[in-house]
Amino acid sequence: MTGAAWLLRRLVASVAIIFAVVTFVFILIHLAPGKPCGQVGGGEYVDRAACDRLVQQFGLDKSIPEQYWRYLVALAHGNLGYSFSLHRPVQDAIADTIPFTLQLAGAALLLDFVLGLGLGIYQAVRVNRLPDVVIGNVTLFIYSLPTFWLALLLLLIFGEKLRWFPVGGPNDLILCPVVDSLYCVADRLWHLVLPAATLGLVGAAGTARFQRAAMLEVATQDFVRTARAKGLPERRVVLRHELRNALLTFITRFGLAFPFLLTGAVLIETIYAWPGMGRLAFDAILSRDYPLVTATALIASVVVVAGNLLADILLGVADPRLRVRADTDLVLTA
Amino acid sequence: MTLGTWLALFVALVLAAEAVRALRRRGLRSERWRRFFRQRTTSWGLGILTFLVLAALAAPAIAPFDPNRQLDILHLTNRPPSWTFLLGTDLLSRDVWSRVVYGARVSLGIGALGALMAVSLGTLVGAVAGYYQRWIDTILMRGVDVGLALPRIFILLMAVALWDGLPFPALVITIGLTSWFGTSRLVRAEVLSLRQRDFVAAARALGADDGRVIFRHVLPNAAAPIIVSAALGVGNVLLLEASLSFLGIGIKPPGASWGNMIADGAPSIYTAPWSTLFPGLAISLVVMSLNAVADGVRDALDPREDAA
Repeated sequence: MTGAAWLLRRLVASVAIIFAVVTFVFILIHLAPGKPCGQVGGGEYVDRAACDRLVQQFGLDKSIPEQYWRYLVALAHGNLGYSFSLHRPVQDAIADTIPFTLQLAGAALLLDFVLGLGLGIYQAVRVNRLPDVVIGNVTLFIYSLPTFWLALLLLLIFGEKLRWFPVGGPNDLILCPVVDSLYCVADRLWHLVLPAATLGLVGAAGTARFQRAAMLEVATQDFVRTARAKGLPERRVVLRHELRNALLTFITRFGLAFPFLLTGAVLIETIYAWPGMGRLAFDAILSRDYPLVTATALIASVVVVAGNLLADILLGVADPRLRVRADTDLVLTA
Repeated sequence: MTLGTWLALFVALVLAAEAVRALRRRGLRSERWRRFFRQRTTSWGLGILTFLVLAALAAPAIAPFDPNRQLDILHLTNRPPSWTFLLGTDLLSRDVWSRVVYGARVSLGIGALGALMAVSLGTLVGAVAGYYQRWIDTILMRGVDVGLALPRIFILLMAVALWDGLPFPALVITIGLTSWFGTSRLVRAEVLSLRQRDFVAAARALGADDGRVIFRHVLPNAAAPIIVSAALGVGNVLLLEASLSFLGIGIKPPGASWGNMIADGAPSIYTAPWSTLFPGLAISLVVMSLNAVADGVRDALDPREDAA
């Protein structure tokens, strides 16, 4: 199978997967007991007539198949619906939160991979010596931390005791309500440090462990011995021969990191009062905001599927051996 | 802490240490066990896990107070750690150490049960898909693709938040049902390669039926990835339960789980950090130990080292 045909097949499969996820979430949330009405307007008692009017207005009195059909038709027109709890189109609510999640995820990813790759490579070079053992134990510990607990810990130490960083929110409300100057960009970065460090450190510990293992596995192979035997400098052996081949593991992990950042974000964004998509989704679920829940689930599954696809494409680019086997269809995600 | 609880604590520690030592000594005889204990962290992990399981089982002896009793809401709230209250007291004047010990029952229980369910289901689906191939494989694996793309935390949040007051078994089942996809893919890949081997053909030629071939011949040879994903699964499920409880929708108060203890303590973290720090430390210790043990299992059952 050619590359283009493979890509086309994967794209079709990806769309089918996303479609299935949306259907599943739609059914699940509509099967759940309780009406969104009790929550509209703040979860207090809602006038019965008003409630009925709302139910009718949003078409919630129709049968589930009919509602599903209407949802799909709207979706096909690019319309994600109207949020019950925020009283605004879902598109707008999500568009407002996406920049925050992207900033958080971007900073966390950067820390994750720069620190993780660096540590993993350094450990592999010093394998079984003191630095490797020490870093190995530290990364094992950090990798095992619950992210939300680490978030509280960092808040306690760096936010409250040392007062180096703010304890929450994306910006200074008085000096920088909108990011419109260089000072405010710095302010945003300053607010970003703790949440990004929380997600990034746990990720980096995992990346370091995987990278170390991948490097050591490559190091046992014949071409590495050959490279050493022909007298190449150690630096060149590590960077050009070992690292290049060990990057395949890294690419797979890169694709898997996206969903982790998104799901981890639910808790981290809640703790740090970061107005991103994770918190939006959490609030939407608690207020039974059907359109918003389905839309956030849709985006989450798109991210997962896109991450996988991206990793598979990059793997194919990086390793010609995988391209040959691509038609078996099972290699790349294993 | 009375003399009796100190004694019980001491006995549990000694028992755990001795159990690991006995295993190590026995392990010197077999190559695989030697590889299992190659890393020192594996021994530590095994010891910590054994101790925590013992503590959970013997909770009434090791915990000096009733975990849910508010000892003295006027005078004993948020007390720092002392000889009486080993890890301090929380905002409601409950003894943190007693709650950590009793919480181990809930947290370890959910972790073990949820992971057991997830791994069994994943193994079964993976084995069936890999063994029968063709359309069965296609259908099951497409389903797994969808499952892996589901934002799991959203699904769990929805299930738990919307069906208000989900009982404990339902929580475990929901977690188990959403955590098996990765395992099934691993097992399928393993089964696909195993079923080509001669011993499988031999077993079939001797007239063994499919069930026997799968369970007696194929799966035992796929033990390594299954055990590893079980060990990692316990940690993942435990973290998941903790996250849900932290968001206030997992284990309902006043029952103690490590996750809802962190949630209870979080508001007073600046004045009384111990009621948040210690349950989190317990979670980290368990997950770290499980990771270390999983590393050991991976080393022990690595077929490449068998050949060497």
